[in-house]
Amino acid sequence: MANDFSSNVPIYIQIMNDVKLKIVAGVWEPGQRLQSVRDLAVEFSVNPNTMQRALAELERDGLLYTERTSGRYVAQDHQKILKARSEMARQYTDNYYDAMEKLGYKRDEVIYIVTNKLDLIKGEGSNG
Amino acid sequence: MGKIIEIIALEKKYGSKKVLDNISLTLESGTIVGLLGPNGCGKTSLIKVMAGLIKDYNGKVLIDGNEPGEASKALISYLPEKTYLSENYRAREAMDFFEDFYTDFDRKKAEEMFQQFKLDPNQKIKSMSKGMQEKVQLILVMSRRAKIYLLDEPLGGLDPASRKAMLDIILNNYSEDSVVLISTHLIHDVERIFDKVIMVGDRRILIDDTVDNIRESKGKSVVELFEEVFKC
Repeated sequence: MANDFSSNVPIYIQIMNDVKLKIVAGVWEPGQRLQSVRDLAVEFSVNPNTMQRALAELERDGLLYTERTSGRYVAQDHQKILKARSEMARQYTDNYYDAMEKLGYKRDEVIYIVTNKLDLIKGEGSNG
Repeated sequence: MGKIIEIIALEKKYGSKKVLDNISLTLESGTIVGLLGPNGCGKTSLIKVMAGLIKDYNGKVLIDGNEPGEASKALISYLPEKTYLSENYRAREAMDFFEDFYTDFDRKKAEEMFQQFKLDPNQKIKSMSKGMQEKVQLILVMSRRAKIYLLDEPLGGLDPASRKAMLDIILNNYSEDSVVLISTHLIHDVERIFDKVIMVGDRRILIDDTVDNIRESKGKSVVELFEEVFKC
């Protein structure tokens, strides 16, 4: 997997975000057993210690849990997963709005662009 | 994680020319460490001291508690900068050679990797491309169950796809009680596999820190820091 690691963010935090994305998007399903740390490290092309640290942090956040004998699993707590999902959504929205502000766009223009985009997606959907 | 290599105030001269000056470092097992620096900065000399191939140095070098010698050589799997495999060997014969020479060589593992990377064990080394030769060599070295892997420029002449394959070989095969030291001047796509990096320049250690510390404290990737430290 090709990962673009931005330069000033520790790699384990970027991995946390990548993994979180898989969980909140349901690519990794609640209760699903994770591959070994090493296999995941190879998949994400990172050091196994970095992967271990990212997974441990996500465990602390309640998105993963470990069964002493059988390995690590995706949490089954839907409330927590939904909360993580809306946190990420807010983060993406903040980032988008900040970037648009830097480009000099005003509130109304941003709304216009987003609305346009949504209409475009809707149009594509109905054609397909 | 325990201290497996410890170097204190290492100095190495070739004649009157000093190539390593006051080098002190420790390496812990369970980690992958990048040894970074421009060509000719002393990376290969430093690795050769650890591998026990350079003996006339000043300072203290401890490999798992002992000075480099017969005992330490058994712990170390070393990938030299230049190949030492006979060009007339077939890949299979190179495996025989490793099996005879190293009791910790896992032939099954090597054969599996040959298959995985679509290398033909019956092909002669000299008829292989440079990238294939480097893969064969790395597979052999990583198929030993060593405590210490010293890899001198394993990514040298490889295209990005092969580089990724080499990194996968390393990630898949080092064990948690071993340390992997990788020297390279091509750091762009490898910094994510390092726990820490040691930057050597002008005979000395300039930076010795974990990748995430560098990112957190300096706000830079290792590549950016490297470019800043070694600005020409």
